[in-house]
Amino acid sequence: MNEIIFFINKVLISGMVLGSIYALGAVGITLIFGILRFAHFAHGDVMTLGAFVTFVLTSFASAAAASMGIVAPIPIPILVLPVAMAVSAALILGIDWGFYAPLRKRGAKPVTLLIASIGVALMIQGLIRLFSGVATRTFYADVPKPIFRFDMSFMGATRKIIVTEPQFWMVGLTLVSVLALHFFLTRSRLGKGMRAMADNAALAQVSGINTQLVIRVTWIIAGALACLAGTMLALDVTLKPDLAFNIILPIFAAAIVGGLGHSYGAIAGGFLVGFAETMAVFNWAVLLRPFKDAIPEWVPNNISIVPTEYKLTVAFTILIVVLLVKPTGLFKGVGS
Amino acid sequence: MIARTVYFYIALLALFIVVGMVMGAPFTLRLLVEAFALSLIALGLNIQWGYGGLFNFGVMGFIMVGGFAVSFVSVPVNMEFWNSDGPVMLLKAIAAAGIGAMLIMGANRLRRMGASPTWSRTAQVTAWIVAYIIYRSQIDPAARYIEAEAGYVGGLGLPVILGWAFGGLLGAAIAFMIGKIALGLRTDYLAIATIGISEIIRALIKNMDWLTRGTLTITPLPWPVPRPQEYQEWGADSTMSFIYARAGYLAIVVVIVLVALFLIQRAYGGPWGRMMRAIRDNHISAASMGKDIKARQLEIFVFGSVLISIGGAILISFVQIFDPSAFQPINHTFVIWVMVIVGGAGNNFGVLFGGLFIYTIWIISEPVSQAMFVNISNMSENFGWGAIPDIESRSLQMRVFVLGLVITLALRFAPNGLIPEVVHRDKE
Repeated sequence: MNEIIFFINKVLISGMVLGSIYALGAVGITLIFGILRFAHFAHGDVMTLGAFVTFVLTSFASAAAASMGIVAPIPIPILVLPVAMAVSAALILGIDWGFYAPLRKRGAKPVTLLIASIGVALMIQGLIRLFSGVATRTFYADVPKPIFRFDMSFMGATRKIIVTEPQFWMVGLTLVSVLALHFFLTRSRLGKGMRAMADNAALAQVSGINTQLVIRVTWIIAGALACLAGTMLALDVTLKPDLAFNIILPIFAAAIVGGLGHSYGAIAGGFLVGFAETMAVFNWAVLLRPFKDAIPEWVPNNISIVPTEYKLTVAFTILIVVLLVKPTGLFKGVGS
Repeated sequence: MIARTVYFYIALLALFIVVGMVMGAPFTLRLLVEAFALSLIALGLNIQWGYGGLFNFGVMGFIMVGGFAVSFVSVPVNMEFWNSDGPVMLLKAIAAAGIGAMLIMGANRLRRMGASPTWSRTAQVTAWIVAYIIYRSQIDPAARYIEAEAGYVGGLGLPVILGWAFGGLLGAAIAFMIGKIALGLRTDYLAIATIGISEIIRALIKNMDWLTRGTLTITPLPWPVPRPQEYQEWGADSTMSFIYARAGYLAIVVVIVLVALFLIQRAYGGPWGRMMRAIRDNHISAASMGKDIKARQLEIFVFGSVLISIGGAILISFVQIFDPSAFQPINHTFVIWVMVIVGGAGNNFGVLFGGLFIYTIWIISEPVSQAMFVNISNMSENFGWGAIPDIESRSLQMRVFVLGLVITLALRFAPNGLIPEVVHRDKE
């Protein structure tokens, strides 16, 4: 039984956690692509920025709470998250106003906007490093990270299923935001306008949809979700300036696998890439151990699909295979 | 336009003279060698992006390929490896890879031999999996054995120039494969795919310890000209030895860059260059004139990658250390893009100017920003606010910000670069 618990810990839980982060990031990428038709490379750094905003707010809030003697019922980072999401949305609106809107007004090609987004990514990264230094920070410097251990002895296992508190929050909040996004896109007037604009921008404008408002709402949603994803990633691991730079490519892979411009596809793609990464580096020989006596000698005791150090390449390989075999993604994304 | 070009180059010369007077000759010569090597890389990217409109965000990958090639060719032979069982095991792994490739090719043929689509698809997937397992079953023990017995494969001990040529060749081969796979993609997809591929190349080079020594790094790499140590043995003092050695290296690099510039400038003006621009500006009308778009784009991708890889090889030889973990997309992909965009995509003289200018700014911004920030820190100390902590490491990060700012400003205010491409129109 221990082997199965090990599998759950190593593959299912980590895959779920990675998948949630990828999905939240990929939704933003895919929305921006659907509405504005360019690949927003600065998204990973917007995630980092959001995490830093949360970090700063958390340190203020915990100082205030400590001075007033209040004990928060839920973790402070989660408590300040709505504020941080609002701040990030405002920041990304400012970025759009300052850097992308002038280019759009000039009628620049999507390629130009893509390069501009790389410039924005470098600027955000530079500013974060300037103000925070290059050190690694953690939200759990003063308090230990709460860890839940589920006893599985009734199934005859001595190992325990291990989940940390932020991981619970992460999966829960991802679910909530995905549902909220779903209802927004299908029920509200503005959401329907967004889908219309993603389908055909010119037609949407002619039929009286306020395209400028739609663009603003897109940035707000993308910025808020990026802040959520970044904060969750920082809570799960640590906070560093290049936190999201390494994660932007798997997120793009997730968005493309799901079909660029397709929000549900991005969520599915996020979980697919997350699980694929954890499953590819998992040592499957562990699951064979209970049958040690039955299997022949020549079976090696380490059967992982790729060595651990190649974990990053899994997402790219999936990406390239999908681009070759089914360029529109698993769900049909926008073409053009 | 010619006058504008000349003014910019005169200004650049003045900048080099100022840098040389402030920082000293050895520093300036090092800067110039690296700037010219990076300019060669930028010229390669200019062929791809400026001539052909192809998005290549995998510049870092090709630089690493060039670096690997030159270190493999020029480093002395590792006798421990050749005397062990390593070569035989590697031969087996290569044979396994060959068998796998044959399996895959066979599976690809099935469709033409009349198998149903479902069957041939299944056979292809199975062939890929079986090929991967066969290859892994041979390469894993070989890699473990070589790393334990001999450290790594070692080099071939051949002249450095051959290594540079081999870098170009290897870059061409890899670009051909990537181009075959990725060039059908639209621009944004191509950008993401090339970034992904360059990260895969980095992961491979970093982790194939048996071949590249990975993070243990290969050092020192030989030079094609006498090194400072050799001049010192011949009796030159320390400063002069650096000047002689680096000036010698610089001469070779400048000759290579000028030859490349001459060739690609000729190609730009000729029918081939016109065809490439036609494809870039409107590939549908170019296709209707009978141009084979895919083949031409593949051609230009390979040519550009050859220059990038050679430039990378020259750069790595010069710094004498091949360290896979020192490569970052910021320093090796995005800076090159800034050089091309700021210089003027499509104009070789503009790109050469951009390469030399941006790299000089990139290098001297380090001491300048440090001096600036130390001053700010002192000011805040005088105000009684206390010094800013870790000022030294923080000020360095300003470069990343400035780089981003330059990209966005250039796109907004000078979208065609400082020395833009000249578009000739027929007189009416």
